[in-house]
Amino acid sequence: MTPVDLELDCRDLACPMPIIRLSQVIGRVPVGGTVGVVARDAAARCDVPAWCRIRGHEFLGEDTTDDGTPRYLVRRLR
Amino acid sequence: MSRGQVGAKFHVVSSTNGPDSAPGPTPGRGYLDAASSEPLHPVAREALLAALDAGFGDPLRLHHRGRDARLLLDNARAVVAQVLQVREDEVTFTSSGTAAVHLGLLGLLEGRSRVSGLLAHSAVEHSAVIRAGRWWETQRRGTTDVVGVDEQGRVSVDDVATALERPVGVLAVQSANHEVATVQPLDEVYAVAARAEVPVFVDFAASAGRLDLPSGWAVAAASAHKWGGPAGVGVLLVRKGARWRAPFPVDDRVDPRVSGFENVPAALAAAAALQAVAAERSEVAARQFALVERIREQVAATVPDVEVVGHPDQRLPHLVTFSCLYVDGEALVTELDRAGFAVASGSACTASTLTPSHVLAAMGALTHGNVRVSLTRDTTPEEVDRFLDVLPGVVADLRAKAGVGRR
Repeated sequence: MTPVDLELDCRDLACPMPIIRLSQVIGRVPVGGTVGVVARDAAARCDVPAWCRIRGHEFLGEDTTDDGTPRYLVRRLR
Repeated sequence: MSRGQVGAKFHVVSSTNGPDSAPGPTPGRGYLDAASSEPLHPVAREALLAALDAGFGDPLRLHHRGRDARLLLDNARAVVAQVLQVREDEVTFTSSGTAAVHLGLLGLLEGRSRVSGLLAHSAVEHSAVIRAGRWWETQRRGTTDVVGVDEQGRVSVDDVATALERPVGVLAVQSANHEVATVQPLDEVYAVAARAEVPVFVDFAASAGRLDLPSGWAVAAASAHKWGGPAGVGVLLVRKGARWRAPFPVDDRVDPRVSGFENVPAALAAAAALQAVAAERSEVAARQFALVERIREQVAATVPDVEVVGHPDQRLPHLVTFSCLYVDGEALVTELDRAGFAVASGSACTASTLTPSHVLAAMGALTHGNVRVSLTRDTTPEEVDRFLDVLPGVVADLRAKAGVGRR
């Protein structure tokens, strides 16, 4: 797994909560820092990249946590 | 035998109250969900009521009641053929738009199965096409291939050409998208398909009665309740000479492509509505196009963190979709309904669906907080303005409840 500055556990949250949580924590990492959003919610796969596009951050891709949950990687750009 | 115990009694219920929403042939003001179902056109209502009395007979019978019904059915077919500029024997009435898609697409696949069992379709087809493809895979051991779209929902003609480099049985591309309004480049798709000698199936349910259907399809399908006809009528077009083979059992009734007793009154009402909307089309479409333009501009200007989805110009006249960050789509629909506006949503933030709209996902668009607004033929500028006044506050309230302010 890629190391991140902050990992956000949204395993049990439904859409749109993972995106709301992401927006609330992005300010906690420095510009250039990374956040990993761990989410089972199917909409997160579309909505994390879309959020990055709308809010001006970089979507780095997707990997998987040890328990097999998808994790979406974001770099703060501003 | 006692007749005191009566089972379910027929009655009409309405979930709406007040002077604005009195039950009647047209829903109350604030109905902005024509793409789910257009209110019955007054001309269709008239035709339906008349034909319920005059067209109940079996169109196969030789007595006068049968001949009456047959005359109405033939008339309905002639009207649809004339409006859509096809031959009368190319028109089949089915029991729904979905039934027309299934029958049309699977029949074309059957007819082409000696060449190839591969169905290639765009990623943004209606679920009727996608489900027919899945059925084709599981029940007929066929295969499917998905052609992607750009961020505005348009199929790439290059990707279509690539998909057709291997033997393909049928290519399915919609005329326009039912969720985001984007019109597909059908003429270019036809050209590529013709070079590969692959027949094209076109689902034109979203555009029927609103835009011309470019010629070049082998089979096409639409649904009457989307243009102001009654529900329960689909229109299937099979081009003369197309290699179409009935995929389901047939009987010996009026139309060899479809089985079961014909719904003559509904077919006639569907035809009457289609003729009426075709006659009004240039005026209605121009008005709707401008109102949607206003919605597209105003929503982007007055709602923070919103994404207006779909092609700005190459689009259906009456439909627009946008997604609001941080908002639950179901809550948005509920709150707008409370404010007097009926809209649809492609979001997955509902109890009934776990996956978001495959259309929005294929476009890479935001899938939550989604609202689809679609205008009826008599939606007024005042209604649109009222909606635009209410929307920013509804979105702001929902965001505040979710703990998200403007950032």
